[in-house]
Amino acid sequence: MIDIDWTLVAESFWPLFRGGLTGTIPLTLASFTLGLALALVLAMMRISGNRLFSGIARFYISAIRGTPLLVQLFVIFYGLPSIGLTIDPWPSAIIAFSMNVGGYAAEIIRASILSVPKGQWEAGYTIGMSRNLTLRRLILPQAARVSVPPLSNTFISLVKDTSLASTILVTELFREAQQIAAFSQEFMLVYVEAAVIYWVFCLVLSMIQDRLERRLDRYVAH
Amino acid sequence: MSHTEAPSSGPLLKVSGLNKSFGDNEVLSSIDLQVDSGQVLALIGPSGSGKTTVLRCLNGLEQPDAGTVAFSGGPAVTFGAKTSKREKESLRTRSAMVFQGYNLFPHKTVLQNVIEGPVQVQKRSKADATQRAERLLERVGLAEKRDNYPHELSGGQQQRVGIVRALAQEPSLLLFDEPTSALDPELVGDVLSVIKELAEEGWTMVLVTHELAFAREVADTVVFMDDGVVVEQGPAEDVLRAPTQERTQRFVHRLLNPF
Repeated sequence: MIDIDWTLVAESFWPLFRGGLTGTIPLTLASFTLGLALALVLAMMRISGNRLFSGIARFYISAIRGTPLLVQLFVIFYGLPSIGLTIDPWPSAIIAFSMNVGGYAAEIIRASILSVPKGQWEAGYTIGMSRNLTLRRLILPQAARVSVPPLSNTFISLVKDTSLASTILVTELFREAQQIAAFSQEFMLVYVEAAVIYWVFCLVLSMIQDRLERRLDRYVAH
Repeated sequence: MSHTEAPSSGPLLKVSGLNKSFGDNEVLSSIDLQVDSGQVLALIGPSGSGKTTVLRCLNGLEQPDAGTVAFSGGPAVTFGAKTSKREKESLRTRSAMVFQGYNLFPHKTVLQNVIEGPVQVQKRSKADATQRAERLLERVGLAEKRDNYPHELSGGQQQRVGIVRALAQEPSLLLFDEPTSALDPELVGDVLSVIKELAEEGWTMVLVTHELAFAREVADTVVFMDDGVVVEQGPAEDVLRAPTQERTQRFVHRLLNPF
């Protein structure tokens, strides 16, 4: 029978939870927002029909998806200083994560746009709209609904991936856990506790995703 | 309806020498058409004959490889490699299309579907556009559906919204692409009677249809197309009752006597 040190569990809860609130969550939100903006631009480049733009976007997406996130993070934080560009841990982490999200979400957004029937574009044109206006007013709102489930997956992955920021000295949930574990030598206990807190964060996010899907559902053709 | 332009004579639309290929497949070959103001032109022919493509070229949804399209009061647009995008798109504002599959915006209510163009493109005030949309919806018997979403309507109702959406653009020409083909038989009548009323009010329209009886009733001119060419055209009564070309005769006979 494993003897659980409940006092340690209680004492480490707050530092871990705070690490989540002040590290994991803001890191996730900032990176996801910036990543989505980047993804939208990349998706537009991909469907622009312009060979150069589309080629650049493809190259970028391929590079991001074909390399480990940890390596991307290290290139930015440990690599760039050797060519004279030193970036602090927090901005490094946000840059790396948003670039990564951008690559993955771009393909999701592109696929969602392509899933909107061609007739919707034509209906926009026949009421006199330009391509841009049609995209913004008619296509993107419909694509948004389609992209909620896959983008939510990306978001939830990101919550967990932010633990990698601990390797570049960003104080978030996992780095707190490492410090408490090293100090108390209770590795099993502290890491499992950290895992449970991540899990709770993700459960809450899944519930929000469910709500969002149901709210957007009425905007879709049945 | 808000359309007050008196049916006048003279061509509203003149199309000449329209050519269009998809790859090696020539779908339109030297199409000449003329639609007079206030007249209804019906395009008939077997599927794959190119009639829908003609309609789509008139609305700028498809780019012809060659030929000229001219609306009265506007510049003639001659198609070719050097035709600018702006020129091609200038055609779009002259006509509005009613689609076979309705193509209503599923994320917008009936009213929002109708006022989208007037508000976003023609920059009318929302109040003004709404007022006009309500009048039009009332005309087709859908006033009480203004706040419903398209999926809550029957096919016939959706198509009538499609027609109102086109009318709200105040085009000089209405284009109908097999407007009743996707409908259950019992709903066809409602849509056809709306189209007939519009014809009687003097709207100019081009109608692609398989409903020959309807074409005979509303159309002034019938154009029979087969294999990308105009085989025969003339007054509706003549072409449908006493076609001179053998291909037309066979087509008309087959549609009128399906068994």
